Amino acid sequence: MRLKPRPFILTLAAFLLLVSAAMADRGTDGQLKMLYWQAPSILNPFLSGGTKDIHAASLVLEPLARYDENGEMVPALAAEIPTVENGGVAVDLLSITWRLRDDAVWSDGSPFTAADVAFTAAYCMHPEGACSGASRFQDVETVEAVDTHTVRITFKAPMPFPYAPFVGSVSPVIQEKQFAACTGARAPECTEQNFGPVGTGPFKVAEFRPNDIVLYEMNARYRDPDQPAFSSVLLKGGGDAVSAARAVLETGEFDYAWNLQVEPEILAAMAAAGRGEVVSAFGSLVERLVVQLTNSDPALGDRRSTYQDGVNPHPFLSDAAVRRALSMAIDREILVAAGYGPAGRVACSVLPAPAIYASTVNDWCQTQDTAGANKLLDDAGWMRGADGIRAKDGVRLSILYQTSTNSVRQGTQALIKQMWREIGVETELKNINASVFFGGDPSSPDTYQKFYADIQMYTSSFDGTDPQNYMQSWICEEIPGPENQWLGQNIPRYCDAAYDELARSLSKTAGIEARAAIAREMNDRLIGYGALIPLVHRGEVAARALSLGGVRHNAWDTTVWNIQEWHRLK
Amino acid sequence: MLRYAVRRLLFSIPTLLVISFIVFALLDLAPNDPTAQLPLTIPPETRQTIRESLGLGQPFHVRYFRWLTQFMVHEPLNLAERLWRIEIGDSEGRLRVRSWSTRAPVVDLIAARLPQTLTVVVVSYLVAILIAVPVGVFSAYRQYSIFDHVGTFVTTVGFSVPTFFTGTVLIVVFSATLGWLPSIYDTTHRVTDFDSFVYQVRQMVMPVMVLGLYNAAQLSRFTRSAVLDNLNQEYVRTARAKGLTEPVVILVHVLRNSLIPVVTVIALGLPSTFAGAIITEQIFRINGVGQLLIGAIESADIPTVQTVTFIFAVLIVVFNLVADLLYGVLDPRIRYD
Repeated sequence: MRLKPRPFILTLAAFLLLVSAAMADRGTDGQLKMLYWQAPSILNPFLSGGTKDIHAASLVLEPLARYDENGEMVPALAAEIPTVENGGVAVDLLSITWRLRDDAVWSDGSPFTAADVAFTAAYCMHPEGACSGASRFQDVETVEAVDTHTVRITFKAPMPFPYAPFVGSVSPVIQEKQFAACTGARAPECTEQNFGPVGTGPFKVAEFRPNDIVLYEMNARYRDPDQPAFSSVLLKGGGDAVSAARAVLETGEFDYAWNLQVEPEILAAMAAAGRGEVVSAFGSLVERLVVQLTNSDPALGDRRSTYQDGVNPHPFLSDAAVRRALSMAIDREILVAAGYGPAGRVACSVLPAPAIYASTVNDWCQTQDTAGANKLLDDAGWMRGADGIRAKDGVRLSILYQTSTNSVRQGTQALIKQMWREIGVETELKNINASVFFGGDPSSPDTYQKFYADIQMYTSSFDGTDPQNYMQSWICEEIPGPENQWLGQNIPRYCDAAYDELARSLSKTAGIEARAAIAREMNDRLIGYGALIPLVHRGEVAARALSLGGVRHNAWDTTVWNIQEWHRLK
Repeated sequence: MLRYAVRRLLFSIPTLLVISFIVFALLDLAPNDPTAQLPLTIPPETRQTIRESLGLGQPFHVRYFRWLTQFMVHEPLNLAERLWRIEIGDSEGRLRVRSWSTRAPVVDLIAARLPQTLTVVVVSYLVAILIAVPVGVFSAYRQYSIFDHVGTFVTTVGFSVPTFFTGTVLIVVFSATLGWLPSIYDTTHRVTDFDSFVYQVRQMVMPVMVLGLYNAAQLSRFTRSAVLDNLNQEYVRTARAKGLTEPVVILVHVLRNSLIPVVTVIALGLPSTFAGAIITEQIFRINGVGQLLIGAIESADIPTVQTVTFIFAVLIVVFNLVADLLYGVLDPRIRYD
């Protein structure tokens, strides 16, 4: 069924057009200069998955719906968000039907249709394509074009949250005409297509030099005749975060810089120059300590850090009192002030946002309680030795604490080492190059999955606003080990039948309230048990020039999600 | 001379093969993962599929010989095809060395970036020579004078302070504080008229000076000691005794003889200037080969790192040969045959 334009909508559209025409005209604000110190290397997000590449592609390629700065879904290429109420989502939760807007055209002039959406799904689901977004399609049975502007996605099992495919800039739609010959193993060979995808977004690629610049010009066929305000965008890459911040805040050479993980005092000094502003947005990113619950003693050989149905417990971290004391001893406010500034908040949960999922049960962790931690350890029988380090039955509280190489992380490590010293815990610090630590090389002993240490620290989050897959990381089945090539995501090797039961019920429950209640309970069990020690709720930091308007900094989608609205302030 | 050159060229083939093996093996053995930079929201199974699609599942020797044939056979054939617009064999199906992060052929990436690197390297090297030779000659001629002491001090500082430090200092002074020069190299800038040429000069001043001063420091020391050696020679006394003016003695007699070792040093130093350019390009965001290398190392793009490193190795071997041959050309006493 085609959408018939209704008189009211037409009037409204004409009215809005008049109003907005008075405010801004397409392409009148010149060039927007953005600086990404991590330079984009490819503009096909399905072949990269790197955040920088997804951002760079999102000026051109659009999803069916995206997330606004509050985490609410807003339609992009879809006419509306399908729900059970409006009939878009089947009552049995087995399918979702998207109606597409009929005024969207590709920048080459060809119409945008449901066939493009179905093609994109086939492209990403191709077994030889190695699509980095494949996990968003893992529960999808079929994606079919019902008519030119209707797409139905059918799932293998009921999906209480059916918005994984095609929602958010991580899952955009590519043009069938352009990519038809590039499926499967041929995908990487289509350099021309991967460097210059045709899109429906406000801009199109004029020039792309990998790992250097992307030059976009406005898409004259963009559906809103008054947008974008900028006639071109220069996205420059390379360098480092500090000099990127300087280029916006101090020298004013650029309008916008992304991902400025820089020590807060440096940023504050630069912002004092008065040319720009530091903006931060909080998503679901939490810096956490992961507690090793299995024995990581090198003497165990192949059995090191493996779960083995619970017969290989950690010599002291298996004691709940020790885990609780380690968390109580940390002053998270100092960690935030020293390493994050406006880009961090104290976290006592691994699921701090969206607000409905945030639990306050473990908020005891917000204030440091060294005396309480000491008492807890005393009561549990861990007595201080001559060197001030606690021990019980010959087991010393001596921790190997590892993380990736990064100056903020090493600062945090040093502070925590000091705090743990206060409760009689000895800490040895180790840092590993990020490409090794987060690399999945099964032959390397230093990956975070192998976790040949007692405590490790890193940050993680989830795509979009639904935490189901994220919370399922900690079920027993996900424990990494040699039998699954260390590919599991349950890094602390936490195994709790009640938690697994909650995870199962989360995957079956519909309704945001009920789902949030389950997710909160899962978080409370996980944190209450002490498998994870949350430290800092991290924001995304960017800098914008004071002359740049319309920026709504967004942690749920790319920060450039509304770039068609950005404009020059007069 | 020709026989010597040919013999040296043939000798360099096994050398380069050994280098290629070492470069490939070292980078391959280093713990590294191209998917490590991806956000943790991408599950491990997907990462595994990506790694396999990059050919990481295959054994070492298969990958080494594939890279070697791609680089030594396929790429030269491609280049020949493009230069002479001919077709040799199955040009469509020929596999090329592809970068893991951009999925584009590495040689194309390098070709796109070579002009910027060459401009910066060549200009800065010329600047270095123009500064170093006069300073070196004058320091030697007026040995232990104030000029010599100041020169020695400046060159020692120039040589020992790393370029990443001088670069940042220059940016802070000339861009952040004074606002005279752009701190970021505009790679999209095109020279069309006088004004745009001036802008091009302005944006090249800092990177060229950083690299140029670093090289000048080294070269002027060499020039100074070479001139000093010659100044005490008998032929200088003879020239002066003949009544030649000092400029003629220094610039014609002494300088020509002193330049023999200096030219060798210049030829040998050029490859290391490429290495110096790696850091300078990163600081000023010049889209050159060095920046490509740094980016590739950070994103574990091993094929790019291997290829760029190997090309640097080729440059060093070639310039060694050039230096040896130049020596023979400049100094008639040296005969290779």
